[in-house]
Amino acid sequence: MNLLDLFRFATGGLHGHRLRTGLSVLGVAIGVASVILLTSLGEGARRYVTGEFATLGSNLLILIPGKTETAGLAPLVSTAPHDLTRQDAEAVRQRVPQIRRVAPVAVGTASATAGARSREVTVIGTTHELLAIRHLKMTSGRFLPEDLPDAAVCVLGARVQRELFPDRNPLGQRVRIGDWRFRVIGVIEPRGTSIGLDLDEVVEIPVDTALRVFNRTGLFRVLAEVNPNADLDAAGRAALEVLRERHAGQEDVTLLTQDSVLTTFNQILGVLTAALAGIAAISLGVAGLGIMNVMLVSVSERTREIGLLKAVGATHAQVVAVFLLEAAVLATTGGAIGLAAGLASGRLLERLYPDFPVHAPEWAILAALVVSCSVGVIFGILPARQAARLDPVEALMRRKA
Amino acid sequence: MIQLQGIERVYEVGASPVRALRGVNLSIARGDYVSIMGPSGSGKSTLLHILGCLDRPTAGSYRLAGQETADLPEAELSRVRRHQIGFIFQFFHLIPRLTAAGNIELPMVFAGIPAEERRERARRSLEVVGLTARAGHRPDQLSGGEQQRVAIARAVVMEPAVLLADEPTGNLDSVSGSEVVRLIERMNTDGLTLIVVTHDPQVGGRARRCIRLADGLVVEDTEPPSRRRSAAPAPEVT
Repeated sequence: MNLLDLFRFATGGLHGHRLRTGLSVLGVAIGVASVILLTSLGEGARRYVTGEFATLGSNLLILIPGKTETAGLAPLVSTAPHDLTRQDAEAVRQRVPQIRRVAPVAVGTASATAGARSREVTVIGTTHELLAIRHLKMTSGRFLPEDLPDAAVCVLGARVQRELFPDRNPLGQRVRIGDWRFRVIGVIEPRGTSIGLDLDEVVEIPVDTALRVFNRTGLFRVLAEVNPNADLDAAGRAALEVLRERHAGQEDVTLLTQDSVLTTFNQILGVLTAALAGIAAISLGVAGLGIMNVMLVSVSERTREIGLLKAVGATHAQVVAVFLLEAAVLATTGGAIGLAAGLASGRLLERLYPDFPVHAPEWAILAALVVSCSVGVIFGILPARQAARLDPVEALMRRKA
Repeated sequence: MIQLQGIERVYEVGASPVRALRGVNLSIARGDYVSIMGPSGSGKSTLLHILGCLDRPTAGSYRLAGQETADLPEAELSRVRRHQIGFIFQFFHLIPRLTAAGNIELPMVFAGIPAEERRERARRSLEVVGLTARAGHRPDQLSGGEQQRVAIARAVVMEPAVLLADEPTGNLDSVSGSEVVRLIERMNTDGLTLIVVTHDPQVGGRARRCIRLADGLVVEDTEPPSRRRSAAPAPEVT
């Protein structure tokens, strides 16, 4: 008996009970669709977060004041971290040869006022080098000047510009930030959110000015760009060493690299995706039970048919094959429908929330089909064996149902 | 063709074993026409199932065409059923979702016969039973007599040596019943060994040899004198 004949006979068996067949197919379809959709969401979240960090550039070191890692021993001297200062940033630039650009960053919020218009903005105090480090582009004017770290000038984010100067050229205009007056020298191209900071809603001013405005000595962080062909880790270690020396031997600065951040997020979100897939897999398992149930009913309903198959010379193995194939066809049909439904609802989500990338991972698509087919086979084994084990005499003696 | 020796069949039902057959000795020649009769519970169906290799004897020897079947593995028994034995049943046992032709093709499907040959052989079988026009009909679109004729076509399509009929007319009116009987008798004339289990004396009486069972034993084994093959017209079957 060849496979095609077997297939035809097995699928013929499904035709008789459209509703029952349809329901169990639906069960598998829902299971597979939920696997696809949930893993798509997990994978989408992963891509979203890693995408955010990927804009940082792969050769960036981020130095943050304070140590977040727990140390093994209780320190004998005070652990109050030193501020990360302008001078620290300068020292890193001068003493670590692999580092080609350094941008100190101070952050605060203030209200910005231009004429009658006013709004809250995030103020970033930095230097001209931020432009290159963060790959920012200017719509008009220029970025912060190279040689005047305490000038009273500012650069506007796209939305800030739109809202403060909706109908006139902002270049050369005055803006009041807190109690200070600044002259607008440039506008940055729209960029969107990056690491939780909407660069369109930001006003950049020279770093020294910012420290004075916010009355601080310490920086929020220091961004350092390493030569593309230099070893990132070595540069990081060198920078930390410089800072440790300047901070009286204390390691009170945390170093982040895009890699380390990405790896951590990838791990967390990978686990999240796997957990979601696991939850969805439960529904697939339940669908498998549904198939087993349908097949068991089918076996008991078709007792006479099974008896007949044996009487006309079907072997044990052939009867098993007929019912296994029937179950596999049920499950795989459900799998295919579920796959289509899952991908379609993924598309729909993408339409509704364009910011959030929904992405069905390739492995999930393949796995859904393989798993649904094997669900059919695994949950079909019991009914199929029951069918094959039927005593043909008893099966044939059954009166018409 | 068939040699039974000391065939016993014991069913374990609850605590007390039921002895359906208690030492049956029987020898049936190739091309013979035998009826097996007896009251219900006499073991005639059990005997038929054992003859058809659907059931195994608890003890004794069953040689079919010279081959001992009692110790054949299950897969071999399937092969014996497929190639040596044709079955027809009281309730026809057609598969409802398959057409007449599809039902007839079924044994050939499991025998792995290619589709084209199957169609041709099914077509010829339908011709033999006079149902060429009904090839595409499903069982529920056929009358009882037609269904049984499809079942006969299915039973003989593999060209078996033995045709076993279990109450073949039990579910038919007298006209289609006698049609069916005439059909299988014609096949017997062409050399098919025919064994009919029935409790209807008028059907059983037509056989060349009549075996009567009671309580699991052969109590009578005769060639009825009334039987005159090829002579007087067949008596009406009721």
